[in-house]
Amino acid sequence: MLYIPCPWCGPRDETEFRYGGEAGVAYPADPDAVDDAAWSEYLFVRSNPKGWFEERWVHTSGCRRWFTVRRHTVSYEIRDPRPIGEST
Amino acid sequence: MTVDVRRSPLAELAGELAAVGGPGSVRFAERPFRVQVELRAAADAPVSRLYEALALMLPRGVGYVASTGDRDALCLAPRWWLVTQSPEPAPVLESALAGRLRTAGGAAVSAVDVSAQRTTIDVTGPNARDVLAHGCSVDLHPRAFGPGRCTQTALAKAQVVLQQLDRAPTFRVLVRASFARYLAEWLLDAATEYVG
Amino acid sequence: MTRLTSGGDRVDRSRPVTVTFDGADYPAYAGDTLASALLANGVRTVARGIYTGRPRGVFGIGAEEPNAFVQVESGTGEPMLPATLVEVYDGLRARSVAGKGRLSDVPDNARYDHKTAHCELVVVGGGMDGLRIAAEAAGRGERVVVCESSRVLAATLQEQDDVLLLNRTTVVGQYDHGYVVAVERRTDHLPDAPETVARQRLWHVRAGRVVDTTKGMEHPYAFPDNDRPGVMLAGAAAEYVTWYGVLPGRVAVVASGNDDALRAALVLADAGVALGAVLDTRPEVPAGLADGLRGLGVDVRTGHAVCGTDADSDGAVVAAHVAPVDEHGRGTAEPQLIRCDLVAVSRAWGPPPWSGQQVRTPGGASTTVGVPSVIRVPDGDGDAAGRTFVDLHRDATLADVERAVRVGMTHPEHVKRYTTIGTGADQGRTANPVMLGVLAELTGRPTAELEPTTSRPPAVPVSFALLAGRDRGRLADPERVTPMHPWHVAHGLPFEDVGQWRRPWYAPRGDEDMDEAVRRECRAVRTGVGTMDASTLGKIELQGRDVGAFLDRIYTNLFSTLKVGRIKYGVMCHADGMVFDDGTTARLSEDRWLMSTTTGNAAAVLDWLEEWLFTEWPELDVRCTSVTDHWATVAIAGPRSRDVVAALAPDLDLGAEAFPFMTFREATVAGLPARVFRISFSGELAYEVNVPAWYGLALWERVLEAGKPYGITVYGTETMHVLRAEKGFPIVGQDTDGTVTPQDLGMSWAVSKRKSFVGKRSYGREENLRDDRKQLVGLVADGDRVVPEGAQLVVAPGGVPPVPMAGHVTSGYWSTALEQPFALALLERGSERHGERLYAVDDGEAVAVTVTAPVCYDPEGARRDG
Ligand SMILES: [Zn+2]
Repeated sequence: MLYIPCPWCGPRDETEFRYGGEAGVAYPADPDAVDDAAWSEYLFVRSNPKGWFEERWVHTSGCRRWFTVRRHTVSYEIRDPRPIGEST
Repeated sequence: MTVDVRRSPLAELAGELAAVGGPGSVRFAERPFRVQVELRAAADAPVSRLYEALALMLPRGVGYVASTGDRDALCLAPRWWLVTQSPEPAPVLESALAGRLRTAGGAAVSAVDVSAQRTTIDVTGPNARDVLAHGCSVDLHPRAFGPGRCTQTALAKAQVVLQQLDRAPTFRVLVRASFARYLAEWLLDAATEYVG
Repeated sequence: MTRLTSGGDRVDRSRPVTVTFDGADYPAYAGDTLASALLANGVRTVARGIYTGRPRGVFGIGAEEPNAFVQVESGTGEPMLPATLVEVYDGLRARSVAGKGRLSDVPDNARYDHKTAHCELVVVGGGMDGLRIAAEAAGRGERVVVCESSRVLAATLQEQDDVLLLNRTTVVGQYDHGYVVAVERRTDHLPDAPETVARQRLWHVRAGRVVDTTKGMEHPYAFPDNDRPGVMLAGAAAEYVTWYGVLPGRVAVVASGNDDALRAALVLADAGVALGAVLDTRPEVPAGLADGLRGLGVDVRTGHAVCGTDADSDGAVVAAHVAPVDEHGRGTAEPQLIRCDLVAVSRAWGPPPWSGQQVRTPGGASTTVGVPSVIRVPDGDGDAAGRTFVDLHRDATLADVERAVRVGMTHPEHVKRYTTIGTGADQGRTANPVMLGVLAELTGRPTAELEPTTSRPPAVPVSFALLAGRDRGRLADPERVTPMHPWHVAHGLPFEDVGQWRRPWYAPRGDEDMDEAVRRECRAVRTGVGTMDASTLGKIELQGRDVGAFLDRIYTNLFSTLKVGRIKYGVMCHADGMVFDDGTTARLSEDRWLMSTTTGNAAAVLDWLEEWLFTEWPELDVRCTSVTDHWATVAIAGPRSRDVVAALAPDLDLGAEAFPFMTFREATVAGLPARVFRISFSGELAYEVNVPAWYGLALWERVLEAGKPYGITVYGTETMHVLRAEKGFPIVGQDTDGTVTPQDLGMSWAVSKRKSFVGKRSYGREENLRDDRKQLVGLVADGDRVVPEGAQLVVAPGGVPPVPMAGHVTSGYWSTALEQPFALALLERGSERHGERLYAVDDGEAVAVTVTAPVCYDPEGARRDG
């Protein structure tokens, strides 16, 4: 079980969190302006690298805030937790 | 309306909770009907305006508690607090405290009365930390937690707000009403080894 | 008797005990394992091979034991434990096992629990080294947890704050981020285990770091008839002497390939075991060790190995076949017979087996390169001389590995699966290195190039009861209950599980069955008045200056124009356009809104709202607060519901114009502070009364009292489902499955064309424009048979498979309004097919149905307006 560093609560068991997938996949500002291919890419396609990966988590059982981390998909090492969308 | 017909979610178990254990092990006590108000502030909210209504400064650090008398303000997340205090007597749709805080906070502050959302169980005694460690993965060691600290976490399979009151140690567990019976039964079971 | 008169640092000779094995009583001492106790009493055959049935004895001394599995029958009982890990107590009763044990058929009433610990250091192994490391760390102010598998912790470290010393505790898993899982056996060694003490405890430790001080794993080599009682690992044989004061044999042949085995020979000789010969496959051995043995008069032969055994009538070893061997392990001369009752074998030492990490264990340390993994007799194949076992636990032989290679299995993982080597409860600790050596030889590759098979936690078997801990029975999963629950229980209502909620299913009177009760409840709501506990619906209060704008983006329909005091139904979709939840939202004031969600989705909806607010639209001023548990809700539905509410709230003007449909009022109801919502999920005139949850039971009882003159009828989820289905109201998650759009549900009326919302863009995707999408329809069945949900719809009965499926039933009930069975279904091109005859296949039988619109009752909605 991963030990995930919440930027606000400190490290907690993975079971307190929900995974939020790849970070940096923004909801298109105007969905109607993107074509079907780009929209499908937004909906369904995520990168899946071997190595460092920017991903989102939300501390659902704790402070309920969203943050991003860098996680190594082989070693599971986690670095650099950062808040999303708000300052502390 | 003269008779208080409020019924705590642990009405059926409060006696059993109170009867178990002793000062050398662990004791439980439900504190029913405490007033609880969740405060959430917009980024630009002047939360200092709440000082007069609360008689305390809201703590800024997530996981810290500010107290005055029997009133506690728990910082659950950035710009999110749970304010708790002793029960109010009259049957009302909304606690007086929630109304006062909403008035004081203005449009940028939400004050939602959640007094019946959770009930309160105090867990105290030399084995209190042991009992919680059977179902809570948060580090509650004195060097990591202590009086004046709080957190939201999972205890057994229930989501709880956990607050440490003193070094006895006494922990205050706030659990959602629908989960209260489950959690009380779990606590009684987890205490078996310590209370004989 | 082979117990020495002194020695054995793990046994307490002041505490004699008696154990029973296969019906016979044996003396032992506290601190013995069942294995050491049996050896001390000369019991050589402890178990039998799983397939061959051949007699087997104790082979190892710990978790590596492949042979000596027993069924523990006393105490809680266990079906299959290695005798080397069973600590004795007075009255221990066990039986030999032929490969597999038997699960007990009586309930296990012992207690099991879990506990969390946090520390800077976990030390695996409580010997002198481990405790020295622990003491140093504790001295630096670190928190330390020491896990020692045996009963005995070295007595060099005092119990102190922040040092947790756990004996009888085996680390079974090490995972990411310092997560260590250990099993503490707390009462298994006690004849009378206290009922209040957990028999076993699963420790969940978060550690800054882990130091493993356990010794390495001893590997044997294989030879013909190497499975007989009397064949044992050499290091284990020596430890039975030093730990338990037990002689594992009287005359030994030591079959060595490493210096430690020669030292073990010295220990055996010191204790009085006669050494028939000490053989070492290596051409040369350290002179000091060899001279030490020869000085005791021992016959030391280098370049020799054991290449077979002879057995007595019980199958136990009475002699070893000894021959000179080449570097491949082939005998180069006729074997010689040496009489012995113990063959102590040791090829090499590998890394510790205890750590519980998921690792590929190396085949052998570099110092042992050149020591063969299997010995073959001169001029013969293995099985002619006797079977050569690679995995004693799985009864898998050298011939099995050879067969695997012949049919093309060359990777260790393939050989493992073909032969089952390494798949036993011992995880092949003694078998995998032999298999790798044999495979290297057969495929002509160096052992180092072979990728070893993977060892996975748990390092030793862990019972399901321990994994469950106290999550059993009533505590298996939380039962969420409403404030009215005590009433429901007192009145014998059957419950339906909805997520974790326990909801009243129906409310039988007398000896009514479910169908009778539900029909009566439905009639009551349609013709009189019914009431149900609706407290489980999710409720979220939204506050802020931008709630209206936010709801416009989240719901498919428009909310920002909703007036204060009014309520609106909304549908929520994921970005892929599929329906995710639905419910009503009331505008409490200019910037306070109260959203309701489905019972099962309350947490998911709150997560969804906050995800958008925190990650995509932080500029919106909206704050969400869950109030699901704060409010108790009583639904009062039916043509007479207005009379009941009027009786409860005499000050509330209930006139159709004063208090219209889809509005709410704050009022005193039954003397309680309440919000009354005029909404309807049944299609009838209906009210939902909300009070703070601690008034819920009082409200419920007063509603029933006030409703008595009107024959108020309690109903449950089943009646609620029937009534809403008659109105064509879909239930998200029952009539939808994550592939259904609002348009598919016939809800285009709720999908705004004028604004942007989450999911809208997806309605332009090709998939969502297909003209053969499944759409919600109603079905009316011929006859009396209710078509169950899940039934497939076909155009014609019978036919040759594969029969094309046109759709499936999502809800099926008896309608008291129609006096016949009806159903909701998702049907290809359903909206164009009203009136068509189809067949619903239920349990092989085709039921004729007619397709209708989903709404089969009061389509004009006149009734809900009262
Ligand atoms: Zn957090």
